[in-house]
Amino acid sequence: MTLRDLYLLSPEMAMAALASLVVLVDLVVPRTRVLATLAGVGLLVPAALSVLLWGEVGGEASGAVTALSGTLVVDEFSLFFKFLVLGIVGLLIPASVDYVGRFLRSPGEFYALVLFSATGMMLLASTTELVSIYISLELTSLPLAVLAAFLRDGRSSEAGLKFLLLSALSSAILLYGMVLVYGVTGSTRLEEIAQEVARVTAGGGPLFQGPVVLVGVALMVAGFGFKVASVPFQMWVPDVYEGAPTPVTAYLSVGSKAAGFAVLLRVFYVALQGEELRADWGGLFAVLSVASMTAGNLMAMLQGNIKRLLAYSTVAHAGYLLVGLAVVAGGGGAGEALLGPSGVLFYLGAYAASNLAAFFAIIVITNQVGSDQISAFAGMARRAPWLAAALALAMVSLIGIPPTAGFMGKLYLFNAAVQNGMAWLALAGVVNSVVSAYYYLRVVRSMYLLPAESDEPVRASAPMVAALAVPVLGVLLLGVLPNLLLEVAQSAVGTIQPPG
Amino acid sequence: MGATIPEAAAWAILFSPLASFLFIALVVRPFLNRRYARLAGYVTVLAVGAALALSLWAAASTLRQGGPVGFAPHRWLTLGELEFRVGVLLDPLTAVMLVVVTGVSLMVQVYSQGYMRGDPGYARYFAFMSLFTASMVGIVLARSILQLYVFWELVGLCSYLLIGFWGDRPAAAAAAKKAFLVTRLGDVGFLLAILYLFSQRAVFLERGLNPLEIPDIHEVAALAKAGAVGGLAITWLALGIFAGAAGKSAQFPLHTWLPDAMEGPTPVSALIHAATMVAAGVFLVARLYPVFEASQDALVVVALVGGFTALFAATMGLVMDDIKRVMAYSTVSQLGYMMLALGIGAPRLAIFHLGMHAFFKALLFLGAGSVNHATGTFDLRSMGGLRRRMPWTYGTFLVAALSLAGVFPLAGFWSKDVILGAAWSSGEPVAPWVFWMVMVTVALTAFYIFRVFFMAFHGASRGSQAEASHGAGGHGGGPHESPAVMVLPMVALAVPAVAAGYVANPLSALGPVGAHWLNEFMASLGGEVAEPDVALAIASQVAALTGIAVAALLYQARARWLAPMGRGLAPLGRLLSRRYYLDELYEGITVGRLFYRGMARFTDWVDREVVDRTVDGIGWLGRNLGRSLLPLQNGQVQVYGVVISFGVLAIVGAYLLLR
Repeated sequence: MTLRDLYLLSPEMAMAALASLVVLVDLVVPRTRVLATLAGVGLLVPAALSVLLWGEVGGEASGAVTALSGTLVVDEFSLFFKFLVLGIVGLLIPASVDYVGRFLRSPGEFYALVLFSATGMMLLASTTELVSIYISLELTSLPLAVLAAFLRDGRSSEAGLKFLLLSALSSAILLYGMVLVYGVTGSTRLEEIAQEVARVTAGGGPLFQGPVVLVGVALMVAGFGFKVASVPFQMWVPDVYEGAPTPVTAYLSVGSKAAGFAVLLRVFYVALQGEELRADWGGLFAVLSVASMTAGNLMAMLQGNIKRLLAYSTVAHAGYLLVGLAVVAGGGGAGEALLGPSGVLFYLGAYAASNLAAFFAIIVITNQVGSDQISAFAGMARRAPWLAAALALAMVSLIGIPPTAGFMGKLYLFNAAVQNGMAWLALAGVVNSVVSAYYYLRVVRSMYLLPAESDEPVRASAPMVAALAVPVLGVLLLGVLPNLLLEVAQSAVGTIQPPG
Repeated sequence: MGATIPEAAAWAILFSPLASFLFIALVVRPFLNRRYARLAGYVTVLAVGAALALSLWAAASTLRQGGPVGFAPHRWLTLGELEFRVGVLLDPLTAVMLVVVTGVSLMVQVYSQGYMRGDPGYARYFAFMSLFTASMVGIVLARSILQLYVFWELVGLCSYLLIGFWGDRPAAAAAAKKAFLVTRLGDVGFLLAILYLFSQRAVFLERGLNPLEIPDIHEVAALAKAGAVGGLAITWLALGIFAGAAGKSAQFPLHTWLPDAMEGPTPVSALIHAATMVAAGVFLVARLYPVFEASQDALVVVALVGGFTALFAATMGLVMDDIKRVMAYSTVSQLGYMMLALGIGAPRLAIFHLGMHAFFKALLFLGAGSVNHATGTFDLRSMGGLRRRMPWTYGTFLVAALSLAGVFPLAGFWSKDVILGAAWSSGEPVAPWVFWMVMVTVALTAFYIFRVFFMAFHGASRGSQAEASHGAGGHGGGPHESPAVMVLPMVALAVPAVAAGYVANPLSALGPVGAHWLNEFMASLGGEVAEPDVALAIASQVAALTGIAVAALLYQARARWLAPMGRGLAPLGRLLSRRYYLDELYEGITVGRLFYRGMARFTDWVDREVVDRTVDGIGWLGRNLGRSLLPLQNGQVQVYGVVISFGVLAIVGAYLLLR
């Protein structure tokens, strides 16, 4: 490890150091506000380091720098996700201050675990080698399992345990898939795998190796499918979302999903190229995409609990996002095929903004009324007009109605499908979006049309208002000026082209 | 202002009033409305003033450049091959419109400080006025037709909100709805035209052009005229655009909303329903003029609709007893002039008349508002003898009326006479028809506006109804002159109403100002410009003076020997005052029978039986399909593991079997 490697790794290392620092300070000053301030302000260090790195590889320079003998890469793609994760954590920390102060007993551990998990997510976006991917994935997941159980009541503990067990199962499947791929290709590094796979699938290698690669791919899809909450690996989602502390649910829904898609895009776009292979996994993702959208939306209709509703909603959104991967199966050229990944990046940003806005508003409201049921939101438009407006806007964005970020995200993803000759996939997405309006608007209806149970106003604390304002403005800004993020996303996916 | 205007400053013309709207809507109204509502008025005047200053800068820049100031468009979003772009199109047409819009708007905003004083909706009023000014500037600046359409709809929205400003009056609410719906009817055509352009994008893209960029549309239209482009149904495109323009500019048969729109506050009528928004239709046709030039048929339609509307609306203006309604018909009629000028191939004259009309018509409305402020009524029958009590209003109204009547040498004379000249000398087959329509209209115009003039300001006072209308009158001591804040804008508008016509288009050089400079400036609009014809000018003066003389005889001298003739014309008068029964036709037969009982019943059925059932069906399907999946979600982690494992097996199996 050279000094240069240290520099390239510095955002992650700063993140881990910050997490450790939070634990240490917790020993001396175990006060929520102090620790949250430390964690929040401390994020500026990894953020600043990431900006420095962007200066090196981003924009005109637009290159990729590898570190640690090629196991990690710093490029626009990985930095895009680092900024996304930093942004999510940066909003989550102020938004969770009240919740942590009221319900959780050890704030130091809470923030430290959030930061450790974020370290894993940032690493995941950079890894280009199977073993590092696995380790980063575990670094992401284990703190999340603990966080899910953080309320220490029955439901929360159950959520944590379920997450841990099923995460282990999916990790095992993922590892198995990696082993098969390694066995055929003889390498764990994505670029070398890409060359070998191309050779094997082109018929250069022994015949039996083709199916083995396919099985390996299938198993890896299952492992990553767990992370991004795609059908049929979504079973854990509703129980864990419902049981976990609400800020953790918010974190899971956007952070974990973003990191999952980062690694999914990188592995499939870099390592598993080749005409036929691409058609294979593209087709698989198309099927999973439609299944996830449909199942997620249908199940969400039945929910009376807002956290479970958003859990199924996140499954549906995994389905929309998978459209961006499925389009490679279409007949488009290289330029059209890249519309998919750039759409995914944009959508992840839009989804993070919409979902965080929704969850933050929900945290405030449910804390006050003491219930997660949608019926408890009745008349919220009168009790908390601004919060209700923010939540309604988030719901509108999740449906995908202009002028919101969610609309633009869907527009780009579905457009990518159309451009690649997969109009049926776009149609499935549009139909599903229409169906989803049914349950998102139920929340809005409850807030605006039903009478309130009491007249007591619901108020948000100052840090919460600040944390809520950012995603709300983001939803509107990206809805009106999508190019702000889209151009970055388009530039970022340029670096995950397959070699050659 | 020596330098050419930078793009940011051009955008600021739009954003300045927009910021004023946001500030009033988000700060003044929620927090300061009780004590500092006046702030809203000051902010608006400041913002519109800044916009006017910048507009003058923009105009000076284009004038110096002698053509468009080129600003590159900005990419807004990209879908496939097609880029949606936004940008500023700053050419001579834009420059003239900018100065007219922001100039009149500033005067109206200042005037409103006095007129709206004490109204409970004071801040709301200025919020809407700011938004309107911003939207109107947005239309004028737009480089992409989509961008233009957004602002086009926004001015429609503002118009709706401001007509219905006193929404607690049923008439105002109904008028707002009517204005919205009737203009929307025309907008359907405009939208179809845009969609048609979009569907024909291949024609554009293969030439490296963009179907939504106005300069590119010009280029393709020019090619189509030369026969170089096939497959573009340019006549339908032009007619679609014209439908939108006719709705906005209240051209026959979509004119019925404008007289009703007079329910809004009078400054609103002056700005939106006389000077600017209604002229947006004329602007739109001028903006896309190459499309019209490419289709002779479309031009004939524009000319005939314009000429007919001019005459038709003027006849209704003859008999109205509401001062604002007379002027509303007058506006419709004058817009007809502009349309017909476009139709006979003289877009420059149309824009010239648009500018002149904006000044004198806004002034007439402000005068009417001033009279209303003093007397509390708009009914001419209860006015009279205001000349001595309101000298300033009287003087400025007289100037504007003479200008509207087209009396030499006021502004209206110059802009109207060139249109007459163009119709006379144009070789178009329709030109003689529209020429005579306009010639008759000249006499009618002079008559109706001087009828108003004599009824309101001369003769004996017929007692004002101080109780009517909003907070005006009632100060005791009878009607009196309006406050300075209202009089000053009127005086300021009277200056261009007198002089702008000659200064803008002098026959010979006027010191530093070159002969016909405005015509030269707008040369890029195309079309020919005729020299004024002395014989024609004399003819039009005779017509105008005849109209004035008849009005004076009837309403000033009250000549008794005319009474039998009046009785003879009574049936005609009734036809006119019932507005040719067109409103009855529209509302009673078309809307009532055809629409409510026919189409509405059908769509209601479709909504209930098809749409609702589908929605219910999806909900039912969702609930039941979802329920069937529910048992799997039983909370048992073992079951979850099994589902995952079967999922993996299914994927692997599918791969191995299907490959």
